Amino acid sequence: MIRLYITSFGDMMQYLEALADALYLIFSLDPEVWGIMILSIRVSGTATFLAACCGIPLGMILGLRVYIGRRLVNNLVNTAMGLPPVVIGLYVFLMLSRSGPLGFLSLLYTPTAMIIAQWILATPIITGITMAAVRSVQYKYRDTALSLGATETQLWLTILKEARISILAGICVAFGQAISEVGAIMMVGGNIRFSTRAMTTAIVLQTRMGIFGMAIALGIILIALAFLVNLIFTTLQEGTEVVR
Amino acid sequence: MTILKVNKLSKKYAEKYALKKISFEIEQGGFFTLIGPSGAGKTTLLRLINLLEQPTSGEIEYNGWSLDTLPKKKMVNARREMGFVFQNPVVFSTSVKANVAYGLSFRNLPSDEIEERVHRAIDMVGLHGFKERKALTLSGGEIQRVSLARTIATEPNLLLLDEATADLDPANVALVENVLKKFNKEKGVTIVMATHNFFQAKRLGDSVGFLMNGEMIEIGTADQIFNHPQDERTDAFISGEMIY
Repeated sequence: MIRLYITSFGDMMQYLEALADALYLIFSLDPEVWGIMILSIRVSGTATFLAACCGIPLGMILGLRVYIGRRLVNNLVNTAMGLPPVVIGLYVFLMLSRSGPLGFLSLLYTPTAMIIAQWILATPIITGITMAAVRSVQYKYRDTALSLGATETQLWLTILKEARISILAGICVAFGQAISEVGAIMMVGGNIRFSTRAMTTAIVLQTRMGIFGMAIALGIILIALAFLVNLIFTTLQEGTEVVR
Repeated sequence: MTILKVNKLSKKYAEKYALKKISFEIEQGGFFTLIGPSGAGKTTLLRLINLLEQPTSGEIEYNGWSLDTLPKKKMVNARREMGFVFQNPVVFSTSVKANVAYGLSFRNLPSDEIEERVHRAIDMVGLHGFKERKALTLSGGEIQRVSLARTIATEPNLLLLDEATADLDPANVALVENVLKKFNKEKGVTIVMATHNFFQAKRLGDSVGFLMNGEMIEIGTADQIFNHPQDERTDAFISGEMIY
């Protein structure tokens, strides 16, 4: 019993030491930790930006146009919204590997490959949320905008404007998913130090190696980033909130 | 001169006819009030005139244009000559001023003209103190007045009103009725107004139509309809004996 207590105390000391290390790494602006963070933001930010560029127009077209197979498209987009990152990683890996159809581009184990994988992950999320948002807004505002003399383009812009908060929420969710996933970027990025090591892949590696200081530091930064994204979204949302 | 000619107009939803071979004509500058029980087809008729829906059969001729054969671009032009105040109006998530400017912004008018028209319309409906308020924070009656201001700011030639005073208190009903009378008498705007309020229909309408179960039962002057109805159903409806 006493032995167990001593062991637990020893473990606790080890964790406290790791936490102290983590704080030191963050506040001493450790180049490796900050390099990993910047790479993660760059990869996930670029992927989310590209996903927004594709997902918003696609979501608007799929949400506002009337076409045959609309229900099937809904199901496909909803399924794609929940694609497991490792599956995306696997297919991107197969496409980009030397013997794959895009092997000649030599993109495997580069940040570009990581961006491609996360772009595939984020696009359906933004598309799906945009699709649902514009549909509900269209239902509410279509007649009013048309009766006020809107052309089709003006109607679409009005709908986009009214759906902006939901679409922005979709972008935040997509960024959150991208920056916190491990499977896809591990497979196509390779977790190479100073090259393709992102926050999540580094956390996995450092934990396996028992180097908890850096893992905790990156974990704190990841949570802080999630909080920051949420804060930006809430601030923007409050700008349009109704106070009665 | 006939501005609106409706000929054997029918609209069918699923298996049920909302309108059955309706025919009537309205002269430029006329004030036509439409009465009838709930579900009679009043809203459907106004929506068809405003090209928000396609008729199942029959024709609508506005200002010499056959509305059912208009190409898309001309449909926008026709709608821009009309104004529609909905029974349950919605406001855009912006200020009262910007809401009233919405229809004008679709027409690419110079900003000083938009500004002038917006202020005039807001003052007309008694909302001068509300210009900078967020429209979503307004009460139902205020939203209804914003909706009217938004429509009259576009200076329509044909104004369609669907229970436009339903949410208003008596003082504001009088204010809105005065605005409508002014537009009708001084500016020669043709008005088609659906209302549940017999007294209002009698006060405002040059001619009155009684619609029931999708059929135009009777059309005549206010005096004819309210004092000497030809059809027993009209008589039963206006005397309050009809239970529907």
